[in-house]
Amino acid sequence: MPAEKAAIIAGLQREILLLQGFKQAGNTSVDMGLGRVTAAFPNATFPTGAIHEFVSAAAEHTAATAGFIGGLLNALMQGGGACIWISTCRTLFPPALKTFGIEPERLIFVDLKREKDVLWAMEEALKCEGLAAVIGEVKDVSFTASRRLQLAVEQSRVTGFIIRRESTVFNTTACVSRWRITSLASEPEDGLPGVGYPRWNVELLKIRNGKPGIWQIEWSTGRFRLMDEPSSSAPPELIRKIG
Amino acid sequence: MARRFVSIWFPHLMTDWLIRCRPALRQEAFVLAIPDHGRMIVTAASRTAQLQGITKGMAVADARALIGTLQVIDDKPGQSNRILNALGEWAIRFTPVTATDPPDGLLLEVTGCAHLWGGEEVYLEEIVTRLTHIGYQVRAGMADTIGAAWAIPRFGQTPAVIPAGEQMAALMDMPPAALRLESAICERLMKLGLRQAGSFIGMPRTVLRRRFGREMLLRLDQFTGLEDEVIQPLLPVEPYQERLPCLEPIVTGTGIEIALRRLLETLCQRLSQEEKGLRSAVLKCYKVDGAIEQLEIGTGHPSHNTNHLFKLFESKIPTIKPDLGIELFVLEAPKVEDVRPLQETFWNAAGGLEDVSIAELIDRLEGKTGKGTVHRYLPAEHHWPEWSVKPVVSLHEKTDTSWRTDRRRPIQLLSRPEPIEVAAPIPDYPPMHFRYKGKVHKVKKADGPERIESEWWLQQGQHRDYYVVEDDTGSRYWLFRLGHYTGDKPHAWFIHGFFA
Repeated sequence: MPAEKAAIIAGLQREILLLQGFKQAGNTSVDMGLGRVTAAFPNATFPTGAIHEFVSAAAEHTAATAGFIGGLLNALMQGGGACIWISTCRTLFPPALKTFGIEPERLIFVDLKREKDVLWAMEEALKCEGLAAVIGEVKDVSFTASRRLQLAVEQSRVTGFIIRRESTVFNTTACVSRWRITSLASEPEDGLPGVGYPRWNVELLKIRNGKPGIWQIEWSTGRFRLMDEPSSSAPPELIRKIG
Repeated sequence: MARRFVSIWFPHLMTDWLIRCRPALRQEAFVLAIPDHGRMIVTAASRTAQLQGITKGMAVADARALIGTLQVIDDKPGQSNRILNALGEWAIRFTPVTATDPPDGLLLEVTGCAHLWGGEEVYLEEIVTRLTHIGYQVRAGMADTIGAAWAIPRFGQTPAVIPAGEQMAALMDMPPAALRLESAICERLMKLGLRQAGSFIGMPRTVLRRRFGREMLLRLDQFTGLEDEVIQPLLPVEPYQERLPCLEPIVTGTGIEIALRRLLETLCQRLSQEEKGLRSAVLKCYKVDGAIEQLEIGTGHPSHNTNHLFKLFESKIPTIKPDLGIELFVLEAPKVEDVRPLQETFWNAAGGLEDVSIAELIDRLEGKTGKGTVHRYLPAEHHWPEWSVKPVVSLHEKTDTSWRTDRRRPIQLLSRPEPIEVAAPIPDYPPMHFRYKGKVHKVKKADGPERIESEWWLQQGQHRDYYVVEDDTGSRYWLFRLGHYTGDKPHAWFIHGFFA
């Protein structure tokens, strides 16, 4: 009986979403491997073909954000897709992306001088249907600018990520979601000394037609793992030889 | 198709040019002179001066004796060649193959050009009229061979078009000099009373060769067309070139766009038939006042997509200043490559880097932001972190080296390591805490050291001992100590990156 109820409620929710003007992004749902987190999204699917905004206050958090996006790109770039990373002051180190299952040579980097150019280049790139994702690093983005980006993806169904580095003003934007990723202390496996797998505090501050929430997520053995889930027994892919 | 040539002769090239530069000289008697063996020799004389009997080659002192008020202007060696070059480039609006014919002429190969102006007479008339308007007195002729075309302005009735194959008839009344013979041969012919070409042309060839040498026969054959003569064009003709002359000069941006689109369509149609694509294209706009404006674009992959190429040009069109108007557009493709055969797909699969739309996007980005803003990275066989990746521009370049995953590398790498203050307990131990940008970080967990030696065959400097550390807030850093532990001396510590 409760299962039946849940199905009815889910059906009703879908109808409400339709009435609210939320359109399903075709039938190309991508499993991000986020597990329980997907329940927060509308229709329980990660919104592809939309703009996601990530805010970060410090360089450490930008690194955490880049790691989390790396995990998302891993799913988006399955099947050989390419993406573009646009920035004015890029510090991303391509070899590290291999840890997140991405072929670093499939990323195209565009280094520009002005933020205005970054937004222009993002808009151009988001109109290109051959890309899997577009990532732009900017400090601030106005509502108008984000609206332009959103309109661009509505045609092409490309997923866009905006990383707002060291941004302090959180204005309203047309982005579908707003995330904040911060680092969490890692836990070394089996009580060994040293630094463990990347672990983050993932805050979904805003999500259109969804439910915001906070999760602790670790990137291990090539996938996201929510912290209160039991650890997989699969052997780690990475054999670290340090020292 | 029979080849056709036009020869243009400027009888007063230097003086006409000078009058164009300084109109006040128009009615004056003046000469251009050059020093020669300690005296000044006249190289060109104005029409007024010529009427008084001053000729080329006369000493300036003699000329002064004839006209007291004669103006003498210094001539620069090579000036006439420069003027001819400029005129030759100007003449590209009539035909792509133009050449100078020193000291005072131009040669144009006009095969298949005249009909665009509505016939050979009209075409030649147009050339003469345009040059006369500019201010040059010219005589011009058109014929099947360079030799015949050269002779008409200088020795025949002008402007004259010799119909195809009738150059022999025209030669009959001309003096021997019309054959471009050396002056010694001409003199000998004159002495023998052969004052017209018709009087010796019927002689047996062996006789002519014995008396006047091989050159005589060669020039004769070049005149009649038995011997081929090549023209050395001023600007090499691109094999992929399209031209669009305009009836009325174009002055608006819309007009330029229409012209460009039409040129691109014809060029791309030709390229796609030959399964080629262009890598770079140049649009040249010939303006009414003789100046040339040009736009250049480049593409990352061979392309014959009209819309894409038009978009690349589009943003640059506003930089053209048409002034009085543009009367000829020329689109050239200096760099053309074979195009990769493209498999048409029914569905839009994310094709990765092979996707043409990505290549076109990058062309657009580079077109606006300049070269060098877009690149990818491939692994390089270096341990030194800064060198472990190498930037590449091409989308299709591949390498045999694979990415290393056995060492931890930070997701954010600072372009320059930044110095930090560190308290480390004993040699080779990770630091206990460090100060970065004024903030103290307590180290909770650490891995390391990983020693990376500098590559002495490439650079000077000490090795680095890298540590992965995690502070009390959970942030992870990549720190290193430069060089060996040396007891009492303080050590240089740096932060080099952030882990995810």
